[in-house]
Formats: sequence, C-alpha cells, structure tokens
Amino acid sequence: MSILPFLAAGWILLAGIYGMVTSRNLVHAVGCLAVAQSSTYVLLLGVGFRRGGTAPVFSDIPTRTPVVDPVVQALVLTDIVVGTTVTALLLSLVIQIRKRTGTVDPEDLTELRG
Amino acid sequence: MNRRARTAMFLAAAGVTGGFLVAAFTQLPPFGTKDHPYGTRAVAASLQHRTANAVSAVNFDQRALDTLGEEFILFGAVLGAVALLRRARDEDRAAPQPGGVLPSTRLFGACLLPVTVLVGAYVVAHGQLSPGGGFQGGVVLATALHLAYVAADYRVLRRVRPLAVFAALDAVGAGAYSLLGLAGLCASAAYLQNVLPLGTFNDLASGGLVPLLNAAVGVEVASGVIVLIAQFLDQAVDIASPHRPEGGPKAPDSTGEDGR
Amino acid sequence: MPSTADLLPLPVAVPLAGAAVLVLAGRLLPRTATDILATAWAALETALLCLLWARAGDGRVVSWAGGWTIHDGHSVGIVLVGDRLGIGLALLVSVLVAAVLVYSWRYFEEPPAGHGGTFPALLLLFEAGMCGFALTGDLFDAFVFFELMGVVAYALTGYRIEDPRPLHGALTFGVVNSLAAYCSLLGIGLLYARTGELGMAQTGAALAGHRTDALVVTAFVLVMASMLVKSAAVPFHFWLPDAHAVAPTPVCMLMSGVMVELGVYGTLRIYLTVFAGPGGVPAAAFTHTLAVLGALTALTGAVMCWQQRHLKRLLAFSTIGHVGLWLLGLSLLRPQDTAGAALYITGHAGVKAALFGLTGVLLDRHGSVDEYGLFGRGRDSRAAGALFVAGGLALAGLPPFGTALGKAVAEHAAAERAGWLPALYVLVSALTGGAVLRAALRVFYGAGVVPEPSHSDVETSGDAEEPEVRDPQRPVPRTMTAVPALLLLGALAVGVWPGVGRALGSAARTFGDHAGYLADVQGTAAPALTTALPSTDWTLTGVLLGVLSTALAAVLAACAVWRPDRRFAAARGARTLAAWGDRRLVLPLRRLHSGLLGDYVTWLTVGLAALLIALAAQT
Repeated sequence: MSILPFLAAGWILLAGIYGMVTSRNLVHAVGCLAVAQSSTYVLLLGVGFRRGGTAPVFSDIPTRTPVVDPVVQALVLTDIVVGTTVTALLLSLVIQIRKRTGTVDPEDLTELRG
Repeated sequence: MNRRARTAMFLAAAGVTGGFLVAAFTQLPPFGTKDHPYGTRAVAASLQHRTANAVSAVNFDQRALDTLGEEFILFGAVLGAVALLRRARDEDRAAPQPGGVLPSTRLFGACLLPVTVLVGAYVVAHGQLSPGGGFQGGVVLATALHLAYVAADYRVLRRVRPLAVFAALDAVGAGAYSLLGLAGLCASAAYLQNVLPLGTFNDLASGGLVPLLNAAVGVEVASGVIVLIAQFLDQAVDIASPHRPEGGPKAPDSTGEDGR
Repeated sequence: MPSTADLLPLPVAVPLAGAAVLVLAGRLLPRTATDILATAWAALETALLCLLWARAGDGRVVSWAGGWTIHDGHSVGIVLVGDRLGIGLALLVSVLVAAVLVYSWRYFEEPPAGHGGTFPALLLLFEAGMCGFALTGDLFDAFVFFELMGVVAYALTGYRIEDPRPLHGALTFGVVNSLAAYCSLLGIGLLYARTGELGMAQTGAALAGHRTDALVVTAFVLVMASMLVKSAAVPFHFWLPDAHAVAPTPVCMLMSGVMVELGVYGTLRIYLTVFAGPGGVPAAAFTHTLAVLGALTALTGAVMCWQQRHLKRLLAFSTIGHVGLWLLGLSLLRPQDTAGAALYITGHAGVKAALFGLTGVLLDRHGSVDEYGLFGRGRDSRAAGALFVAGGLALAGLPPFGTALGKAVAEHAAAERAGWLPALYVLVSALTGGAVLRAALRVFYGAGVVPEPSHSDVETSGDAEEPEVRDPQRPVPRTMTAVPALLLLGALAVGVWPGVGRALGSAARTFGDHAGYLADVQGTAAPALTTALPSTDWTLTGVLLGVLSTALAAVLAACAVWRPDRRFAAARGARTLAAWGDRRLVLPLRRLHSGLLGDYVTWLTVGLAALLIALAAQT
C-alpha cells in the first residue's frame, strides 16, 4: 500500500495529541508533544523518498546516480533542532513548576482560569 | 470540562481530522515517486557549487537563511534555559558529593574522550563532503566533554568545562554565522551568497562558504549543548530545593550573589 | 550603497547579530552600558526599516537570500518580499521593541549573575523572529521565524521563576503554540508534495494546475493552525490570557502589541499568496469561515474582558476582542477592509502597549495587578491615572486616536457588506474600553463602592504578584511613565496625521494583489492594479460611531463603579436580567477557560476539525 508511510505520519500526530489530552504528568505531556512532532519527520521524509534512490551525498557515487530529495532532509534537520530546543525549554519550565508547586500533574495547576 | 467529556470531544475531533488526513494522503503523489522538482534542482545547484553533500548544500548555501534562523532558535533556547534554570533567590547551592566510579569505567572514559573529540571535529570539518556537519559534529563534541561526568564525577566535569567560556563561544558561533552572511553584501552580492572560491569538488576545501558556516555552527552547537546540559545538571546535582513552603511568605535573600 | 533588495535581509540579520553581541557585552560591561547598547541597536534597526519603508514605495522589494534568483519560475533559494504592509509591520515591531527596551531600563535588577545581556538579547531575538516572519515569502522560512519568536517568547513569559503562575502560563503557551506550529509544518509538507515548491508565490502558482480537493483543504487548515493560534482566534485563544497575565510587563507590551497581530497578518498573507488563486481555497469559503471565526472571537474576547479583575488578563482579553474585529474585517478581502484593520492594528499597538506599561507601574509600586485589591491605591499617581484613562478612551474608539480611525474605516467598509456589522465594532470597543475605564476609576480615583471580595471558583485575582522591580524604596523610574505617554502620543498621531492613513491605504491595496505578488516574485510583468485606492479619511459617521462607543464605554464603567441599580427600582429589572445572563451564559464561558493543558489541546483539535468541515462543505 503506497500511502502507508503517510498514514503512519497521521497516526503518530493523533497519538501524540491524544497523549497530551489525557496526560497526568507534564514530562509525559512534553514527550507527547515531541511524538506529535515526529509525524512531521515521517511525512517529510516520506514525501521526499524516491524508489531506488540513494543518499544525496556524492563524495563516493557518480553524480548522475538517482538520489532521494535532499531538500526534505535539510528541512527535517532544521525541524529536529527546533524540536529539541523547544523540548529542552519546556522541560526546564517543568523542572521549575515541580519545584514551585510540588506537582507535575497538569490537572493540579488551576491558578489561571476564568 | 471533566476528563471524560474532554476525551470524548477529542476523539470526535480527532476522527474528523484523521478522516481528512487520510483523504489528503490518497491524493498525494505515490510514495517513492521519481518526480521531485525541487530536489532535482537542489542537487544540480549543489553540484554547481562543488558541494558533494547535497543536504549540506541546501542547509548552508541554498536555504542558508533557514539555518540562520535555526541557529538562533538554538541560541535563544540556550539563553532562555540559562534564564529559566537560574538559581532562584530562595535557593541554595549544595556541594556535589564525589561519586564512586569503577576504575575500568574511568579508564574507558579517559580513552574514549580524545577519540570522541576527534570524531566530532572530523564530522564538523567534513560536513560539505560526507553525511554530517556542524549540528551532528557539534553534538558529538558536546558529548565528549560529558564523558568526564560519566567516567569521573561532577567536580571533574566542572574543571574541564569553563562555562563562561562556552557561553561566550556560543554567542561567538551564532554571531559569526550572521556576520559571515555579510561577506556577500561586501562583495556586492546578496546576503548569505556563496561568494568565496568554490575549490575542487570532493576536496576538504570545497563548497566555498559551506565549510565556514559549518564550522560556526559546530562551535555554536557544541558550546550551546554544553551550556544547556550544564543548566539541567546544575538543577539535578547542584541546586538545593527552595527552602520555603509552598505559598508561604517570601524568604529574604539569605545568600550573596551567585559566584559562578 | 547596496540596493534595496540587498538590504531586505538585514532587518533579520542586524538584531540577530545584536543579540550575540549583547550576550558577550553583558559579561564585560556594566548594566547601564548594556542597556544603552541594546537601545542603540534597536534604534539602528528602526532606522533601517524606515529606509526600507521609504524605498519600497507602492511596490514590492523582492530579495533572494543567497543570490539564488528565480529562473523560469523556479528557484532553490528563499525569497524575502517586502511590501509596505510587511515592512510597516516590521517597523511597528522595531519601534515597539525600542520603546520596550527604554521602558525596561531599570527592570529586572537581578538578571542571572554574569548574564546582564540576557534579557535585552532575548528581546532582540524576538524582534528578529517577528521581522523575519513579516518579510519572508517562503513557507518553511516562515515556520522557522515563527518558531524563533515562539521559543524566545516562551522563555520570556516564564522569566519570573519564583512564582509558579508564569511557569504554568509559559508552559501552556509553549505547548499549544508548538503543537500548532508542527501542524503547520505537516501542512507545508503536504503542499510540498503536491507542488514541489516552498516559496509562497511559487506554491500558489503551482496549485493552479490542480483542482481544489481534500489535500488542499487539509493543507490549508493545517497551515492556518499556527497562524490562528498565534492570533488567538476562538477556540485557539485559550493560551493567550494565561500567558499575558503572567509574562513580565515589557514582554506583554510586545506580545499584545505586535506578536498576536503577526498571526493575523500571517493568516492573510498566506491565504492571499498561496491559496487565493485557482486550485486554492475559494474566496467565498475563506470569507465566510474567517468572518464567523472573527465575530465569535470578538464577542468572546469582549465578554471575557469585562469579567476580569486581573488587570493584565483584562487587557489580554481585550486584545482577543480586537483580534476578532481584525479577522472579521480582513476576511472581507477588499483593500478598504485591509486598510481599516492595518490602521486599527497600528493604533492599537501603541494604546495596548501603553496600558500594559502603566499596569507595570502599578505592579512595581504595589505588587498587585488586582482591580479590587488596588482600589484607590493609585490616587497619588496622577500622571499614570490620566494616561490610563486616556488609554481606555482610545481603546473604546475616541476620535482622533488611531484606533478610532481604524475602527471608523473598518466599520465603513464592513457596513457595505452587512449593515449590522458596525454594531459589533461598537459593542466590542465599548466593552473593552469600558472595562479599562472601570478599572481606572477604581484604581486611580477610588470611585464608587469598594468591590466586595468574591470567592468565585472561576477567576484569577491578580493579587500577591511578585513585583518585577526589586528595590521597593526607589521611586518609579521616569521612563516607565514616559514611554506609555509617548506610545499614546504615537497612537494619536496615527489618527491625526493623514500621511499614515494614505500610506497604509495604498499598502493595503498592494497587499491584496495576488497576481501582482506572484508576478513580482517570478520576475514577470505584473498586471496593472485596477482596484481603487481605499479612502482612509475621517467621515462624520465614523466620528459619531467613535463617540458613541466611547460614551457607551463610559456609561458601562460608571454603572459598574457606582451601581445605580441599588438606588433605583427601575434598574432592578436590568439587574435580574444581567444576573440571569451571568449565570447561564457567562459563567459557563468562564469555566471553559480552565487553565488545564489537556482542555486547551482538545480545543485546538476541535477547532481544526470544525474548520475542516466548514471549508470542505463550501468547496
């Protein structure tokens, strides 16, 4: 089935969001955000795949060899860095929340409402 | 909203979204298609600029502006983490306890450290030729330093890791990327234009601006990751919990300024 | 002197380099020198953008980063496109950043040790992200700059780590915004698969070869997700009051003044460049969907704004109310609607930033931003009180403030589509302005009865805040009232100086020109613009409606403060009605703003599903 990789991307996104909706632990919630983000890697790499293509690095292959799309790989590299830094920043917030409130359960954070 | 209602609402909405996603996927070009217009152009442009690694050519030449933004996302996140994980007014420092490490682990760490540094430097320097580049190599370099923590203890890591220097290097690496772009403007070309001599294809000195940008990124990523991990390690090892009860009155400043 | 096109990437590069320099300088120089350096850098950026604004004229500046110009309609590079609306927005960003830097000269006496440049460096990074987003003509590049401003904004929001509330607000902000950004990236991936392009113009041109199907609708909704979250459209808005209520005041000034507005701008820019042509999303479907969304947002924001006693939260909801009006106006897609929204946004930026700045003065002096707790305590700050009232009147649409002119132009244009739309503008302005006036009367003049302390389970009080400035002994720095005064003057100038209106009018016409944008990027001859230049002059109806909404705001504020319903029997009926509405409509609405992360993520998904169904039904 040729759309299976794309279906996987969609599934990962929704599974990640489901985790965030039902999460009882902020570290888990931030992890689920990273899961949801991985759907973008799968989709982009799937879109750029070329049947029979090899890695787009020409140091040891002839320059006429068919290769997969290098652009999506570059985009994914950028995306990974973005995702990692966001995760790091959110986790540092979680550390401080744990210190200040003694809990990491998002359901217990009820000071901002209305 | 109670949790059940919330989950039910989410599942309904996710069903709709999922349905649309599936419908959209069936209309995509088939998986593995030979038709990659941008990819084909990017490969041609990469070869034209004598950069063997087409991914690096996209990242550091054709779409270098994206990478500029990405560099500064990392830079901003490191700055943000330093600010967020600073020692709060009501927190104390605790002296880290020396940890016991097996002699074999110690020996292994000591042997591995130079090898890892070498691999990291190699990966950064060959970014235009082989898979890898500033990001990948930078992370390897940062890992090398933390072997000191794994194979010895925190006090040793502190000695081999002058944080102020790495924080400054982080800024220098990021700043260098933004300034290297000005080379194009100085040569009356566009910002971030690859105006340097392109060298010989598949040589270490090929790709013009690409290896230089790669080096800047390598410095920035390595020191950025080191500073970032240091903030988290400090929280785990070094900073004692705030000594006031939740919601209680604020304790006055009991200690002097941070001496780090 | 480099050409205008070569200068276009510099508004991004200059503040980025500045951030790196500030971090280094912060280690060597004393605090004052760092602050001066940061302000000088922001001034340089403003000067640069002024130059670009002047040189752009009525056309577009197209700049190919890296010199990868377009050949036969294709390029491998990233294009930056500056028209007067994009450059103008970047200019607004830079002016506000400069103002905020001056405002916060004496702020944060305790930066992390040895990191004196951290706060101004983060502000410059924020500026670069916003300017890059305003100027880019590439979808993925827009995602990168969107994330740059996001990452910095999360860190800035949680800057006061001693208090759990900022941490909570920042986390919610970060998670919801990042999730939406990843949805957008999925949408960009779908578009890339279909067209093999990342540039907005090239993607828009390539879509013309296909028909509008589920792929395009899904990609459109996914790409819009991050824009609608950033612009806080209902039901994507929940993060905004939580983040604005807790962020440091200088950051609130920027977030409410320009960051949210960039989401509005992005919504329109991406629709107009990518999806407005054949193979995209039909204009009627876009207009209907976004107009409904805008009206819903405007009402929710205005109603919730009136309910707040936490001053920063009150101002945050008023921003949501106004965002609704802009989305509504812009959804109509004609130059006069765009011109009205652009003027409105410019005036609002000055007014809202000034109001946040004055709230910062209260926070500095009294350690509270609670309307009830501060009752009468602002009596001795006459200047701040007068400015706060002026800000409330401007928000309510009092001529000749820029907000009033924007409102008048937008109302006039909207009335051509549906006669009742101006009523919505008046209602939202009156409620939001009235809420600010009510707070001003109580806090600065001690008017009316002391509000009873309520112990509702659905509100955020705003007392016991950490003062953001450390030394309570010293007087409030002059810059903290001077900057709001200047910002209000700026908002006044937008309304009074006809040049601003005329420039934005012609900018709006260029902005809405899908074919011209595509032609300029692809280097082909642009078809001549046939649409008429929108009029941005004051009209008698506009002035009268402005006066009407201001008067309504004043009446609402007076009623809330002096409670005439206690003395007059005739008012009792109204009171019963209000109590019923409060219990049946407002309370459930307030309960939805629960502060729970899971709820907010659910609403995001629900919003996406609703948009998908709405658009699919219309295409």
